[in-house]
Amino acid sequence: MKKLLLLLVALVPGFAFAAGGNNEHVVHADIDLTDKASLQRGAQLFMNYCLGCHQMQYQRYERTFNDLDIPVEIGKDNLIFSGEKVGNHITNGMDSKQASKWFGAPPPDLTLEARLRGPDWVYSYLISFYKDPSRPFGVNNLVFPNVGMPHVLEELQGLPTKKFETALVDGENKERFIGLESDGTGRMSPDEYNQAALDLTNFLTYVGEPMRLEREALGYKVIVFLLVFLVFSYLLKKEYWRDVH
Amino acid sequence: MMFQKIVDWIDARIPMTETWNKHLAQYPAPKNFNGWYVFGALAILVLVNQILTGIWLTMNYEPSGDGAFRSIEYIMRDVDYGWLLRYLHSTGASAFFVVVYLHMFRGMMYGSYQKPRELLWLFGMLIYLVLMAEAFMGYLLPWGQMSYWGAQVIISLFGAIPYFGDDITLWIRGDYVVSGATLNRFFALHVIALPLVLVILVFLHIIALHEVGSNNPDGIEIKRKEGTVPKEAQTTQFTFHPYYKKGKTIIDAIPFYPYYIVKDIVAVAIFFIFFCYIVFFMPEGGGYFLEKPNFEAANPLKTPEHIAPVWYFTPFYAILRAVPDKLAGVLLMFAAIAVLALLPWFDRGKVRSIRYRSVLHKLNLVQFVISFVILGYLGVQAPTPMFTLMSQIFTLTYFGFFFALFVYSKNEDTKPLPERLTR
Repeated sequence: MKKLLLLLVALVPGFAFAAGGNNEHVVHADIDLTDKASLQRGAQLFMNYCLGCHQMQYQRYERTFNDLDIPVEIGKDNLIFSGEKVGNHITNGMDSKQASKWFGAPPPDLTLEARLRGPDWVYSYLISFYKDPSRPFGVNNLVFPNVGMPHVLEELQGLPTKKFETALVDGENKERFIGLESDGTGRMSPDEYNQAALDLTNFLTYVGEPMRLEREALGYKVIVFLLVFLVFSYLLKKEYWRDVH
Repeated sequence: MMFQKIVDWIDARIPMTETWNKHLAQYPAPKNFNGWYVFGALAILVLVNQILTGIWLTMNYEPSGDGAFRSIEYIMRDVDYGWLLRYLHSTGASAFFVVVYLHMFRGMMYGSYQKPRELLWLFGMLIYLVLMAEAFMGYLLPWGQMSYWGAQVIISLFGAIPYFGDDITLWIRGDYVVSGATLNRFFALHVIALPLVLVILVFLHIIALHEVGSNNPDGIEIKRKEGTVPKEAQTTQFTFHPYYKKGKTIIDAIPFYPYYIVKDIVAVAIFFIFFCYIVFFMPEGGGYFLEKPNFEAANPLKTPEHIAPVWYFTPFYAILRAVPDKLAGVLLMFAAIAVLALLPWFDRGKVRSIRYRSVLHKLNLVQFVISFVILGYLGVQAPTPMFTLMSQIFTLTYFGFFFALFVYSKNEDTKPLPERLTR
């Protein structure tokens, strides 16, 4: 019987590898949902650069301001550009039929983007635009090949190009891709830009599941309660079962 | 005094105390239940969890093609503790299958399906079938990409039926594609029809159990013919309901209440620790309890790269895909469930518990579990020639379990049974 159980346990890990369509350019996003300053910067970037095309139709301004420690008045004046009420959802006025004409497909809603693709993918996507004159907007993306979106953050990052080095592979000289390098026309240094991408990823991750910190905080209390409950329930069982043994 | 008067008043009108005694306080349960025997109680616990959280989710859910996905996010963001209700419900669905699979495996190990418990086993299998239908229909309700395309794939299986196939799929969907009409009827079935059937079947399952009595890890009866048990072996420590004693002497039993109730409470605590850990710290269950593509609203024009059913269906999905012909695959998939239901008749052995059965039987059961788990794994993966071949091999070993059992169980080399429960 014990052996049977051990066998079952041994089989479990085989079951547990996650299904994901990530490619080799996806890198880890070291984000921190408790870092309110990062989340605030991310929100600012989103409202300035993304919201023109992408909505967050399930998330409300007010909830966002409260969770990110942004005073409602300040948020209203600095982060709502459409003049909407703070209780409203974060939406834009883009017509999706028109958008389809411009980009090939309407820009997706981003409320759940980080849950759909994972924070690592989002971060990697943001730092993986590169110059590709064959594309309609002159850019392509390493993690999302032939993406229909222009490099909106170009004014921050500049325009990266693919860099190659010549290396000896199997006795032949071959061009090997070593990474992207910005042309330096952006306002930010590479480190600053990576941090900005990280802040934006952090914000998108927060919006994907705004109650996440609350969920985990409650979780610790529940587990502690259950452990105490387990002790008492075990003692109760032992006391009753003295009659049986 | 006052309390006793109220009880007497009720008892004069309905058999409350009588029922309590017959099914709990004076129900004779074998004293040697081990940890495998907690999963029945846990299944009831999860059922209650699903019903309660389901009722509260229904209060804010909107069963329409336009509103379903939005209303889930409304529940997640705007309803107080809506996220908790939703995660309890979504994790509960997976927990239900974990618990039910372990419960079924317990029955297989200790021969709990053997005579006279065949009908008990059949009610259990019906519960399992209805549960699968319930889970399948519930999975459409969030109206995400995987909900939509998963339903599309599974409903299209019925299209394999010759001649009537297309009409049946049309009848199930209520439309030419999965649409709001499908969502509406699945919602009605998920929240009313199937839970009702489920509760009635659980009731019948328990009535059937109490009629024939619980099996135990030794697989021997605790109700003996009167006069066959020597006086000194009988105990008068506990009172059992006269219903169970007609012409019988009960040995090695204890009343279900309080002994197994307090034991089950310990199991509930342990179960909840695992369950709540998932609810609060990994509600997506690594992409298996909430699949990632389901965070995107259903889009009939965009097929996801890889459609996989939820993990608890995948062993059967792997069997389906193992067969190149669609109709044959569908038939084989249903056959996989049918053979399980017919287990009491495949097993011709007289010894119930694995403790006293042959090495061959132990190996056969182990290979069955391995086949089932590997088929489950294969059902999640995108098909490759290698995986398809593996699916075919493990489909054979899955069915092989039943046929081998039928052959060797008639004249099995079993160990002698103990006279009394061993502990």
